[in-house]
Amino acid sequence: MLVKDLATLEDIKNEVLEKGRFKKADKRVRVTVHMGTCGIASGAKDVLDTFKGLLKDSGNKDVKIDTTGCMGICSKEPLVTVEVVGQEPIIYEYVDIDKATEIFDTHIEGGKIVSKYAFARGRECEIEERLKGNGKVKSQEVLDDSIKGIEEIPYFSLQKRIVMRNRGVIDPFKIDDYIARDGYRAAYKALSEMDQGDIIETVSESGLRGRGGAGFPTGLKWRFASKAESDQKYIICNADEGDPGAYMDRSVLESDPHSVIEGMIIAGKAIGATRGYIYCRAEYPLAVEILNRAISQARRYGLLGEDIFGTGFDFDIAVYEGAGAFVCGEETALIKSIEGGRGNPRLKVPYPAEKGLFKEPTIIDNVETLANVAPIILNGSEWFAGIGTKKSKGTKVFSITGDIENVGCIEVPIGTPVRTVIEEMAICPEDGKKIKAVQLGGPSGGCLPLEYLDTPLDYEPLQELGTIMGSGGMIAIAEDKSAVDIARFFVKFCSDESCGKCLPCREGTRQMVNILDKICSGNGTKEDIDILEDLAHVVKKTALCGLGKTASNPVLSTLKYFRDEYEQIVE
Amino acid sequence: MATSAALDSYNFSDEQLKKLDELIDGCTTKSNLIPVLEEIQHLLGFIPVAVQEIISQRTGIPENDIYGVVSFYSYFTMEPRARHRIQVCAGTACYVKGGKEIGEYIEKKLNIKPGESTEDGRFTYEQARCFGTCGLAPVVVVDGKVYGKVKVQDIDEILEQYK
Repeated sequence: MLVKDLATLEDIKNEVLEKGRFKKADKRVRVTVHMGTCGIASGAKDVLDTFKGLLKDSGNKDVKIDTTGCMGICSKEPLVTVEVVGQEPIIYEYVDIDKATEIFDTHIEGGKIVSKYAFARGRECEIEERLKGNGKVKSQEVLDDSIKGIEEIPYFSLQKRIVMRNRGVIDPFKIDDYIARDGYRAAYKALSEMDQGDIIETVSESGLRGRGGAGFPTGLKWRFASKAESDQKYIICNADEGDPGAYMDRSVLESDPHSVIEGMIIAGKAIGATRGYIYCRAEYPLAVEILNRAISQARRYGLLGEDIFGTGFDFDIAVYEGAGAFVCGEETALIKSIEGGRGNPRLKVPYPAEKGLFKEPTIIDNVETLANVAPIILNGSEWFAGIGTKKSKGTKVFSITGDIENVGCIEVPIGTPVRTVIEEMAICPEDGKKIKAVQLGGPSGGCLPLEYLDTPLDYEPLQELGTIMGSGGMIAIAEDKSAVDIARFFVKFCSDESCGKCLPCREGTRQMVNILDKICSGNGTKEDIDILEDLAHVVKKTALCGLGKTASNPVLSTLKYFRDEYEQIVE
Repeated sequence: MATSAALDSYNFSDEQLKKLDELIDGCTTKSNLIPVLEEIQHLLGFIPVAVQEIISQRTGIPENDIYGVVSFYSYFTMEPRARHRIQVCAGTACYVKGGKEIGEYIEKKLNIKPGESTEDGRFTYEQARCFGTCGLAPVVVVDGKVYGKVKVQDIDEILEQYK
């Protein structure tokens, strides 16, 4: 079937909603197993199989088993939601085969909640409704109010979901689920009601900045590419999420692939590109599988391919799997990689927007940036510009890890203080430990010590303090961890991943590792600290690409805030 | 079969060689090279220089370009791996949660460095790039099976399962 107009999108939406709506005559219970990579690694597949097996054996025809992608709170996985018609959904945490069996017998068949395994009542997508209704949703009976409502858990209630709007709700393998959440309406609007200028204007006015780390205004980048003259232009989605400790993009791709595809279609129309690539790292096999499936479903509906929505606009996407090189997250290196070569970056003039992939004008946007596009087109630039700070609009997704209790992906308005995320949402310290710093931006970023926790999460304020917003990695570091060792860890990472093209990065990072090794082993001197600092500045000023230019940041920021630790070791 | 003669010493099965042939046929442009190499790595477990030479002859892509690509990306290896592949995540979350100590323990226990294999051909040990499963840190992956929240004292028991 081809989707050529709004009415067809509407029909699909209604059909999904009708099917999902519980009626006494239809299925009585829906069990949803949340199956992102984290969930599967914790045993979600076994849990799913257990439910399926029990259901088959029981002969119960009243139960429907669904799956979704990541729910965003990875440290509680595997998570399962049980919804009984007319009752509040219950989310269970740390579910294993035994617990699944007990939940099946007691809750699904017996109608009684197994409170001891429950994590929360309600669904993430109903938080706003629950807040309005004093913790209740009309038509849902509350069975056990000793279990926390999801809106009472700061981890969820303090989030603002734009990029993550569909997580935990839709099955990423079903395009109809996405359409039921108003998916592809923005693409329809952009293709049939807007011209290139309108789209670029809307994105510019929204204030959207690139979420890969640099924060370049997305609308401006699109304008450059739209003005470049060529018969063939390209859109690349950068899904080579390489920062260790960061997996925001994986979470988006695994729970809502169509949000990225729709963003690419709109970007394609905006700059006049007919071809898109999603460059995804090879360490994300599930994301690659989900993307490929999503693309073929979109093709089947005619949402990718020729004459999309009957507007004469052609656009198609291919997934390109990376082969394990951190530097390929850098735009020019990524382009080289798709062209089939070593991922060596080049000087950025000419910019990819003028001469990029196969020497044609190319736009490279990060996964999260693209997932913001459809909501902006649908709700307008004013709506988006109303969220965030004066200079930076919208939300940012962070993956919060380290010495904290709640590990996972969160989406908060830009400008939210780091303290709110760390103390209220992540809840730290774990087992009584105190944290001493928060590391942002992975190997390109820096540490923020405790006294600066009130800093807003925004590009410029973080940069002023020697760290960066980055792509979204946020790691809480406990007081018993050595800041010097953390710096060594990141520099070692950059040294291993240096492509070797320019000397400052290739040799500079290696020498920094040598000095840090010497200091950490207790053989260092005060002079070594000074040499390390000098060298860090030289590498920062002279390296060719982003990897080298930022490789010194972990050293410089720990020297800035934890110099006493360096000095203690060498004394 | 065009590919077989130069690869006699490798003990690849006829089926592998047939598939290799098809894969190389599929490499029609240079931008196709990396995806094809990924398939070959998956098929053979490694990409020796002899295979690279055959790809070059058949596709016209210079040998040094192919070697350059194979040696650049961490996904490709030119040596065969052992029967079981242990990957210890070297991502930040795993590192601060004890991944470093786990790596050190495995190195000592098996007496090998990252990237090496044990002499009996049982284990290859690698430090892996972040798997993005930081909620389970520290993570150890053996033959694709993920072990989360691993402690040093769990390692013996985990490895015991792989003969």
